[in-house]
Amino acid sequence: MSALPPDLSQSGIDAEVAKAQASATTEHHPPRDFPPYRSSALRHPKHPPIPLRDPEAVELSGPAFGTTDIGPLDQDLTRHHTGEPLGERITVAGHVLDRRGRPVRRQLVELWQANAAGRYAHQRDQHPAPLDPNFTGFGRCLTDDEGRYSFTTIRPGAYPWRNHTNAWRPAHIHFSLFGEAFTQRLVTQMYFPGDPLFPFDPILQAVTEQSARDRLVATYDHDLSVPEWSLGYRWDIVLDGPAATWFEDEEEGHR
Amino acid sequence: MTYSYELPPTPSHTVGPFFGYALPFPEGGDLAPAHHPDTLTLRGRVLDGAGDPVPDAFVEIWQPGPDGSRTGAPGSMRRDPVTGQGAGRNGVDFTGFGRISTDADGQWAVHTLPPGGVPYVCLAVFARGLMHHLHTRAYLADDPADALLSSLPEQRRATLIAEPVPGAHRTYRFDIRLQGEGETVFLETA
Repeated sequence: MSALPPDLSQSGIDAEVAKAQASATTEHHPPRDFPPYRSSALRHPKHPPIPLRDPEAVELSGPAFGTTDIGPLDQDLTRHHTGEPLGERITVAGHVLDRRGRPVRRQLVELWQANAAGRYAHQRDQHPAPLDPNFTGFGRCLTDDEGRYSFTTIRPGAYPWRNHTNAWRPAHIHFSLFGEAFTQRLVTQMYFPGDPLFPFDPILQAVTEQSARDRLVATYDHDLSVPEWSLGYRWDIVLDGPAATWFEDEEEGHR
Repeated sequence: MTYSYELPPTPSHTVGPFFGYALPFPEGGDLAPAHHPDTLTLRGRVLDGAGDPVPDAFVEIWQPGPDGSRTGAPGSMRRDPVTGQGAGRNGVDFTGFGRISTDADGQWAVHTLPPGGVPYVCLAVFARGLMHHLHTRAYLADDPADALLSSLPEQRRATLIAEPVPGAHRTYRFDIRLQGEGETVFLETA
């Protein structure tokens, strides 16, 4: 523990971010210990994780989801109430791939987000921005046979949080994804291009490489925009980690 | 073992504090079909580096069926087509998957069936403050031949063994300590 109290100004946080990024050893994923993100302090293990090297590990398989797990409106977050939500209607779509570039087929994608004013439908979010009676902000879908997903929602607002003085989260959508193996599980956040809050956010900056941060930012895609209806954002997702079928493929390759 | 990767992965992020209206689903911890005689209870707490409960975490469980099947089955998060709300499980099929939010005391519990072919169930923990979720295993029985357990020093190995709760029918306790004394062994899966 530092003897001095932390500097909770933005410039103090910026300095901590620069220091933490300079000493980071992780390439793609954020280090779990990232001091400028205050909540990580007591919630990261000190021991290094133990590599899983057993080809028979249960983690190399994973849960299955199907049509029974999805309602007909789950993909369209603007239709969960009687009226239209406030805000800018958007389509968010892309491919889910594994690290070999193969589509992740028929797997579950879950999404949740704040409303257009930057408020979550959660009692502990007391940010004084209006709740929207026509927007809850949760959806799910299954990827198709090409690994594609698509949601209709509204663009969420930025919102303040208490990490440090004048801390604001850039607008983002939370994503939860399953691959064919539990090892490929991913929870992350999608950002919108050109957000001026990126350099000030210790959560995004916990991803220490610029090229890796860029992979969290969607692209505006005019061809995905629907005339008179919604603006299109494309975001492709690559799940880390192996699956059991990788070993089967390799065995077949040796025959 | 090394894997040939062609694409860089999408980086992980924390689930944040506000997943609770979105990710939990009815009967999330009730994997065992209703009234199944082999049902066992696995319960525990998620604790932080100060030993305090983590009230805004969730735990996911993935395991083989009692017959050793690793294919799982759909239906963990069934939707009611009338209301669009969660309908709960069908009470018959074993999906092998569950998700449980911790309560204000950091407590979580699942009711499940014994995993076939292996002595453990897979767990993943997600929380505010945790930029990348953590994988671990709860072993329902010690197994000297198990590759992972036998690779660990005794003190760390003990963190993966679920303890039978005296006087409680087929009930095991498995606390997940994110940091500090008795820190749970977590697994690197990539």
